[in-house]
Amino acid sequence: MAPVGRTLLIVALLIGVYGIVASLHGARSASREWVDSGRRAIYALAGVTTVAWVILEAAFLRNDFSFNVVAAHSSTTTPTFYKLAAPWSSQEGSLLLWVWLMSLWSSLILFLTRRRVREIAPYATAILCAFGVFFTSLAAFFANPFGTTSHPPAEGAGLDPLLLHPSMMIHPPMLYSGYTLLAVPFAFAAGALITGRLRSEWISVSRRFALAAWLFLGVGIVLGARWSYTELGWGGYWAWDPVENAALMPWLCTTAFIHSIMIQEKRGMLKVWNVSLVLASGTLAILGTFLVRSGILDSIHAFGASTLGVPFVGLLAVMIIGSIGLVVSRRDRLRSEARLDSLLSREAVFLLQNLVLVAMVFVIFWITFFPLISQAITGTKVSVGPPAFRPFIVPLALVLVALAGIGPIIAWRRVTAVNLRRNFLAPVGVGIVTAVVLAVRGEAGKPFALAMFALGAFVLATVAQELWRGVGARRAMTREAAPVALLRLIRRNRRRYGGYIVHAGIAVLLIGVAASSSFQHSRDVILSPGGSVNLAGYRITYVRPTAAATAAKLSFGAVLDVTRGGRHVATLRTSRGFYPSQDPSLGVIGRFFNGEADSDVGLKAGLTRDIWTVVNPDLGPLAPYISRGDRVFAQELPPAMQRLRGLSPRQAQAALAPLWALRDRAIVDIAQRFVSHPWPVDFLLIVDPLVVWIWIGAIIVAAGGLIALWPVPTLARRRERVTARRRSPVPGATPAPGATPSPAPSPSATAASAVREPV
Amino acid sequence: MDLLIVLVVLAAVVTFVSAPLRRREPAAAGAGSELAELEAAREAKYREIRDAELDHRTGKLSDADFRAVDAALRAEAVEILHAIDTIRQR
Amino acid sequence: MPSAEARPAVGRRSGHGYRRPGKGHVGKSGRVDPSRKRAIRLTVALTAALILASALVYVSFSAGRDEVTAGQLLRIARPGSSYILAGTVLDGSVRHDGTALLFRVRDPKLKVSVPVRYTGVVPDPFRAGRGVLVTVHEAAAPGAAFIGEANSLTTKCPSKYQAAAASY
Repeated sequence: MAPVGRTLLIVALLIGVYGIVASLHGARSASREWVDSGRRAIYALAGVTTVAWVILEAAFLRNDFSFNVVAAHSSTTTPTFYKLAAPWSSQEGSLLLWVWLMSLWSSLILFLTRRRVREIAPYATAILCAFGVFFTSLAAFFANPFGTTSHPPAEGAGLDPLLLHPSMMIHPPMLYSGYTLLAVPFAFAAGALITGRLRSEWISVSRRFALAAWLFLGVGIVLGARWSYTELGWGGYWAWDPVENAALMPWLCTTAFIHSIMIQEKRGMLKVWNVSLVLASGTLAILGTFLVRSGILDSIHAFGASTLGVPFVGLLAVMIIGSIGLVVSRRDRLRSEARLDSLLSREAVFLLQNLVLVAMVFVIFWITFFPLISQAITGTKVSVGPPAFRPFIVPLALVLVALAGIGPIIAWRRVTAVNLRRNFLAPVGVGIVTAVVLAVRGEAGKPFALAMFALGAFVLATVAQELWRGVGARRAMTREAAPVALLRLIRRNRRRYGGYIVHAGIAVLLIGVAASSSFQHSRDVILSPGGSVNLAGYRITYVRPTAAATAAKLSFGAVLDVTRGGRHVATLRTSRGFYPSQDPSLGVIGRFFNGEADSDVGLKAGLTRDIWTVVNPDLGPLAPYISRGDRVFAQELPPAMQRLRGLSPRQAQAALAPLWALRDRAIVDIAQRFVSHPWPVDFLLIVDPLVVWIWIGAIIVAAGGLIALWPVPTLARRRERVTARRRSPVPGATPAPGATPSPAPSPSATAASAVREPV
Repeated sequence: MDLLIVLVVLAAVVTFVSAPLRRREPAAAGAGSELAELEAAREAKYREIRDAELDHRTGKLSDADFRAVDAALRAEAVEILHAIDTIRQR
Repeated sequence: MPSAEARPAVGRRSGHGYRRPGKGHVGKSGRVDPSRKRAIRLTVALTAALILASALVYVSFSAGRDEVTAGQLLRIARPGSSYILAGTVLDGSVRHDGTALLFRVRDPKLKVSVPVRYTGVVPDPFRAGRGVLVTVHEAAAPGAAFIGEANSLTTKCPSKYQAAAASY
């Protein structure tokens, strides 16, 4: 099936080229047939890449090691669950995943908008096809997932043990969905600039799909952080790694866009700003994809230097130059229709929030790329470590959280004293009380953390106040029970309250970040069995060592007991696993002790704190036994192999079976010495407060994003239901002429009746 | 077998993608772009009107400000509806 | 009904920023002219941007460390300076000495390698043959291994397909 896969990549490439030509021809000649054909090319691209993906997955599932990628990233012992994820652990598979997801999302969006944005859509289709052509070309000619070998190995190299984690099943697809979804608003923005149609239709389409991209990208980022925290043995969730930053930058840019687009919607302002944000977000998404593959920046994610850097630089150059050219050439159509009335208004708050987000993107970009910038300027690569981010990101994050609280409750027009008193008094009071209480408790020594806690409380108070008042307003009109009123309020105003819920989630998340960054207790300690150490008021005792040997790996670990004030708190189990190496030079026994390693984190999570540990056992004391085993097998194996001559593979396997059984017994016996003759081992122990708030906050953010994204029946359809039901006017609503609904309502009556439903 | 699969996929792709070009009747003319734009503007305006009412009920807009804003938004909505009706009557 | 002068044209947005009837651009005497207001705001914004950019440049150059290969490190290392050593872990060079990890980092182009003595968190992917980054400084004793700063070791994910191994 590999030739089929290779051919399908070429077919996909040709479909993409056709899609570009057909869409552009249809747009220029105003021919619906050609435009529809161009759109179908995207659907066909999705179909063909789906078939290609299925072929690749099938190869992994049936352990077809004639496929190079299968041999390199899977094995017969890889669990089926992870075999499905293995394709995207490789450069080749991840490229195919990118074009597959992009074509799927593009197909969905072009289908949903097939009767809308008719002038913009053909150009957007052409640009999406161009992305498809680019990535398919890379997959077909530079990193082909269907490359084969005529001498397939009997066993594959297996999946990197670090990737054997549930988060790894969904983190890359979520991230890639975010990246590929950002290509869609990019394409629509470019199409809108080309056609000059940057008004309500474009706003409606772009906002929704940018929000979807934001949601997926955000979930992908958090899953990566979760994986880092629970799988990697360093105890953190964010390292300011270049590839982490590469995902964060487009997410921040998109956050700015989904806020500032509201100003364009309401006031016709910030048009240049908004198209620039969308184009920048799409470009940053491609930049992120590039960073992982080029090897230009050192990262644990980087796949090492590859030949893909040059094509990506070319694509980025086209995107940047094209974006700037389009914005400059269409600047006359991007003039603002209104001006900022007052700095004390919601418009000003949104604008300031945008500036802060863009400043964060700039800071992250500069520090991440500084090695290349410095090399270009001075000839020397200069790296700036993660501590360089803190002096900039922390103050900016504080301002951002403050604005997240101010934005929902400040008036659109301008603030008045009455407005200030009515809307700000309670939330500001909550924030101040929080700050005072925590300062009295002793947290004043960490002023930034204290500020974040106070501002987070302020944000949560504003959201609570808004929900309270909204429910009150609805109940005043409908007399519903509070829970029902709350649900219906959110259902009727999904954009608003979905956004408020997101703000609440961000506040919770950043409180968790502030607490875990500022109040972490950590110790790197060597303990013998029975030994104890004190950390952050907890007593942690190394109870006993553990060892386990399976066909897949050897594990050396420990059981630790955690107490506080003499009371048992938790039992932690941690281990370090060693996977057999395929390198024969390490010895028959030695290769089982010197292969890939991973850490099994011992974690007791709680609402107030996490207790986290990993063990790093030094296997030096086992070295004499391993060496002796290697020597014995070095003597026994060659004559045994000689005796296999003339035997069939099955007979040879049967003949060697006793030898392998002896090997396995030796490995188990050696490993068991870790338990029977234990020696001091190295533990990293961490007590980290409020880490779980990060995950809870992320879940709240995702829920809010989903609510904001969920489609609402159009107001026009609601209007028809309203007029049909002849709903009576709601008390307090402004009476309008011709308010009584009629079978053929006048426009003014329509406008009045459209909003006569409860809020 | 491999060749068969490729040929089937190719045939399906060509048939599917070229279907609009082989249509006997011209594609149905959808709503003009100006009409679509006005309808999107109408939806946005309805949303603004409801947002203003919610802002008023939750205390972010005073009675006087709300009356002015609401009247202005409804007037703008009426103009959009007029424009939509004009296009539909053409 | 709003007055004619207050009602905006179709498509022109007023939203909630709609001015009250009767209030115009010309306000009380002493109010700042709107165009001057915009100029002031622009100046403030640009100044803030300039301050941020300057701070970034300063921090980057002052807090940055040179990223060097093994060959460059041997040539330019000075006491008291730290460097980010980039290279590949030499096969057969990894040993443990108590809590310390000893290994050699080889130059990607030259046939030289430097010894490193490192304590701290060892990333799970670390092993011989892998690309690493570690922040080092010269040891006090001449000829001794470079000292790897605690928790500064990062290891790259492997990407290349490993040659098929023997079946045992």
